Amino acid sequence: MRAGARSAEWTRVGAGSLAVAVMLFPIYWMINASLQPRVAMLQTFPAFIPNPPILDAYRNIIDAQGPHVLVSCVVAGLSAIVSLTVAAPCAYAIVTFRMRWTTGFVLLLLLVQMMPNIVTPNALYAIFARLQLLNTYAALVLCDSTLSVPFAILLLRAFMVSLPKTFTEAAMVDGAGYWGAFVRVILPLSRNGLITAGLFCFLFAWSDFLFALTMSTKQRIVPITLGIYQFIGTHNTDWPSVMATAVLASVPPIVLLLFGQKYITAGLTGGALKD
Amino acid sequence: MKHSRPPLPASSGSSLASLAVAPPGAPRPRPRRLWLVQLTFVLPALAYLAALCLFPLYYNVRMSLEHVTVGSFLTGVAPFVGLQNYRDLLGDALFFRALEQMALFTVLSIVGQMGIGMSLALLFWRSFPLSTAMRALLLVPWLLPLIVSATVFQWIFDFDSGVLNYALRGLHLIGEPVPWLTSSGYALAAVVITNIWVGVPFSMAVFYSGLQSLPKELYEAAELDGANALQRFWFVTLPLLRPLTAIVFSLSVIYTVKVFDLIFVLTHGGPADSTQTLATYSYQLSFRNLDFGHGAAVGNVLVLVSLCFAVLYLRSFRRTMAAGEG
Repeated sequence: MRAGARSAEWTRVGAGSLAVAVMLFPIYWMINASLQPRVAMLQTFPAFIPNPPILDAYRNIIDAQGPHVLVSCVVAGLSAIVSLTVAAPCAYAIVTFRMRWTTGFVLLLLLVQMMPNIVTPNALYAIFARLQLLNTYAALVLCDSTLSVPFAILLLRAFMVSLPKTFTEAAMVDGAGYWGAFVRVILPLSRNGLITAGLFCFLFAWSDFLFALTMSTKQRIVPITLGIYQFIGTHNTDWPSVMATAVLASVPPIVLLLFGQKYITAGLTGGALKD
Repeated sequence: MKHSRPPLPASSGSSLASLAVAPPGAPRPRPRRLWLVQLTFVLPALAYLAALCLFPLYYNVRMSLEHVTVGSFLTGVAPFVGLQNYRDLLGDALFFRALEQMALFTVLSIVGQMGIGMSLALLFWRSFPLSTAMRALLLVPWLLPLIVSATVFQWIFDFDSGVLNYALRGLHLIGEPVPWLTSSGYALAAVVITNIWVGVPFSMAVFYSGLQSLPKELYEAAELDGANALQRFWFVTLPLLRPLTAIVFSLSVIYTVKVFDLIFVLTHGGPADSTQTLATYSYQLSFRNLDFGHGAAVGNVLVLVSLCFAVLYLRSFRRTMAAGEG
């Protein structure tokens, strides 16, 4: 019996390792290629290990793609700030002022989150064109936040519901008022929730491609996602350089995973499922 | 949302903290000012949602009823044509093809995602050495920007230097390399495979958290009754997970019908429109043909499809919530 349980456990370890190997292969393949010379990738037998690893591909692309990374950082950072600023007070209001419309409002947020995002640029292109907002940071930040504002409200609401009420009460007794209680008590207490929501807002905006494609028509403000896309179009056999660009665009999500794993798992299901 | 009158605090538990239980002598805002203060909390979010989430939905409906041309953007005037754009779609073979391909893409993706996601969740249900680290690693594909995933898969599927053709030939499964992305017979399969890869982590994570909440006693009882692993899965696990499965299903449909980035980077909807879905077709009409009226009409059909599944989602969501509270 004991030996049987032992071997069952090893079967699980084996199956788990296989799943990880298959699921992470594309990522390994991307990093592997980015560290090799171009010729190695055009051979009939691709090299499975960079020997020796070289950084030529990164040197090739850094001048062209570096600025795009910077644009992405600015847009994603601003989008996270805007989303949290708009969402946090709203989440607090939903939790604290239980009003008639809160259930309806939460349903509306869930619905808005589910709308296909292709309809947003379709409508906003026309409006932004008239407002002369195309090809501006404002357009990208506003569009990118259409995903993250409803998400952040729902996530922060789920988080704030679990905060002990006594803290707010104490602040209110001290005459702080709602805003005082919110700024001095709720926000510091919600640090983890704010970090999670902020990480995801940043990630959403960082990953955006559709809005960059449609709202940034003049090549003035090009985030890294659009940068990769345009790069494949012109260098479609220089796979090491393309993969180096892809690695560059993946660095923030990977860093987020490493440093915020507990926040990530909370957020993955939080917005969609937790009450 | 009604704001014209002061909102009434409901008598449920959480409002007690802020209103009813304020001890005597505590400064308490007068009711009239109170709702103004409350409004300042929600106003930014309401304004944002109205302007950037709801207004586009309305504006798309309006545009779909107009004859929008390039000139319309300069003048701001587009003639009203009623349902003509929708009537045009009914006579548009490509529209129906995109609809059909979207359905196929969605069904295949979801079967793959939920099947693999559930299997992995079951695998990780009982922890084993390194299982936590493995689960964390399996989330990585979900965190990569879609553009990165699509770019990497574009190369994996490449006819000449793609590693998939290399591997399949090495295993003697194929004689000649397969034109994954350049032949209309294979492109949809390639796009589906990529989308399954992207979606598995989400299914796995949700099913895993669902499995964690199942009562252990039921399994001990079933085991005592002599139920084998398959029977336990079929008669205990699956029925218990049905509400969660309904949620994952409807969410997956909603996420899958709107997939744009992935298809756009891998195939642009081609070759010969063989991977065109409503999302890519709407983009093509609006931003390639500059025919925003028809683009909006196709977009609205997509909204309608999403709405149907959103209702399904909200119903199962509420049921689970009610079950959880009861």
